[in-house]
Amino acid sequence: MAEKVLMKGNEAIAEAAIRAGCLHYFGYPITPQTELAAYMAKRMPKIEGGVFLQAESEIAAINMVYGVASTGKRVMTSSSSPGVSLKQEGISYIAGADLPALIVNVQRGGPGLGGIQPSQSDYFQATKGGGHGDYHLIVLTPASVQEMADLTGLAFDLADKYRMPAMLLADGTMGQMMEPVELPETAPEMIEKPWAVTGTQMKRKHNIINSLYLVPDELEKMNFERYERYKQVEANETRYEEYMMDDAEICVVAFGIAARVSRNAVVEARKQGIKAGLIRPITIWPFPKDAIAKAATHCKEIISVELSMGQMIEDIALSAECKVPVTLCNRAGGMIPSPDQVFDAIKKAAGGNE
Amino acid sequence: MAIVFEKPKSLTDAPLHYCPGCTHGIIHRLVAQAIDELGIEGRTIGVAPVGCAVMAYNYFSCDMVEAAHGRAPAVATGLKRSLPENIIFTYQGDGDLASIGMAETVHSATRNENITIIFVNNAIYGMTGGQMAPTSLPGQVTQTSPYGRDVTTAGFPIRICELLSTLDGPEYIERVAVNNVKNIKQAQKAIKKAFENQVNGKGFSLIEVVSSCPTNWGMTPDDALRWIDEKMIPYYPLGVYKDRSAKEGE
Repeated sequence: MAEKVLMKGNEAIAEAAIRAGCLHYFGYPITPQTELAAYMAKRMPKIEGGVFLQAESEIAAINMVYGVASTGKRVMTSSSSPGVSLKQEGISYIAGADLPALIVNVQRGGPGLGGIQPSQSDYFQATKGGGHGDYHLIVLTPASVQEMADLTGLAFDLADKYRMPAMLLADGTMGQMMEPVELPETAPEMIEKPWAVTGTQMKRKHNIINSLYLVPDELEKMNFERYERYKQVEANETRYEEYMMDDAEICVVAFGIAARVSRNAVVEARKQGIKAGLIRPITIWPFPKDAIAKAATHCKEIISVELSMGQMIEDIALSAECKVPVTLCNRAGGMIPSPDQVFDAIKKAAGGNE
Repeated sequence: MAIVFEKPKSLTDAPLHYCPGCTHGIIHRLVAQAIDELGIEGRTIGVAPVGCAVMAYNYFSCDMVEAAHGRAPAVATGLKRSLPENIIFTYQGDGDLASIGMAETVHSATRNENITIIFVNNAIYGMTGGQMAPTSLPGQVTQTSPYGRDVTTAGFPIRICELLSTLDGPEYIERVAVNNVKNIKQAQKAIKKAFENQVNGKGFSLIEVVSSCPTNWGMTPDDALRWIDEKMIPYYPLGVYKDRSAKEGE
């Protein structure tokens, strides 16, 4: 077994990416993901073929990603909320050209310049498209420094497998906190990418990386084909963790830092005789609809705990199909709910005294 | 029978969609000819812009990538950093390169990215139907400057070669035109050199090609070529603006 090392979440992503075979990083400074870029700046020049480039803007960075992704190599960029907004144009083109790439968003409070404290208020942007056109990203949400590393490797694998961009949606807490982490020691297997532009070598017809289809029939066909692939992703790659859900009467749904807070609240509720459980989505696209639907058959209320004004709650409500009430327990603007706040919400749902 | 003239191998057989009298066809040919002559087609990757040349990916027989509006130099940077042994070029218009993509242009130049940029300046947005470009001349009538470009409100045209040549980064900056045989010959030389520089690892080379747009200028192809001589070239003087290797060789 590999040795455990103490690392910051942002650094764990960077090291895990390098070990996943990502030798190209493009970024632009923004808090609270700075350590990731700094780590890459230090490491990449020491690795054969490693490239770190501080781009002139987030827009340029994501388009550099598009360039490397076109050649079939693993590539990533990272930023925080306002910077990720700037990247949306490029992300739409990457999705439209069916290119694999990793985008990391270490979220901070918004809208606008917002703040620099942790937030989950880019949920809509991450899961509903973000840029223009019909597309999705595979969105993974780590809840520990270990998962920052594990999900980074997984994100590259899934992006390659389904030819689509993946996003690691973390938050300022995950980025900044330190925990022991075990990093993979063997390089992953890379799949062939015959579609990549690498030069024809005069041996094949030219490859074209493109998202332009001026004939509407063709554009529609591309969209339908892409969504067939998305169906496969939904069927095969939906990930979540359940905690004490078997006999739960109150279901808490939370991801990332909110899930860790919620777990403490569930433990406290169980101590006090309330049958509470937790569903922690690990992918928020695809969203664990079936797990929520199942919870709606045996729970009397579902509580969405979020660091936002209530975004994931819409997916929960859709999945629960109005069978049970879905309520929100939240903080926003860089604030984090306390275990007590979540426990109070559970107690209220259970019909206990407030 | 001896062949005295043929289509460059680096061009596909796809018929060009450009308007009658447009000079994009000539510039495509000059680029393909340079690629042929240097024998680099198999390792060349081109980046097409957003604008009239958006479908350039169908016309060049090397690998091609279609970039978002103005982002070609950033995409080319990614391509080159990933595949340093390959030859990467972008083909961009004035709106693409000098307006929405100005940051990408300036910064790829200042980094001296070892790429080749073909910048087609026809002083107008062609594909969207003739709007004012960053290079539209003072007084020039366009769809969005119907009373002529008023420099007090719309500002002055941008001279890209002059601007970029103030940077320490770039290797080679030259402005050429394609409105007569003599100018086309010079353009051919400049474009080839811009590719040769990259093959030799010298760095960022940008060739601005003063071009015509008879459709959106509202002129016959002939008049449009004359307008280049009478109006465009006086504002955009032809010549070498920067050639670091030549300077070092002095």
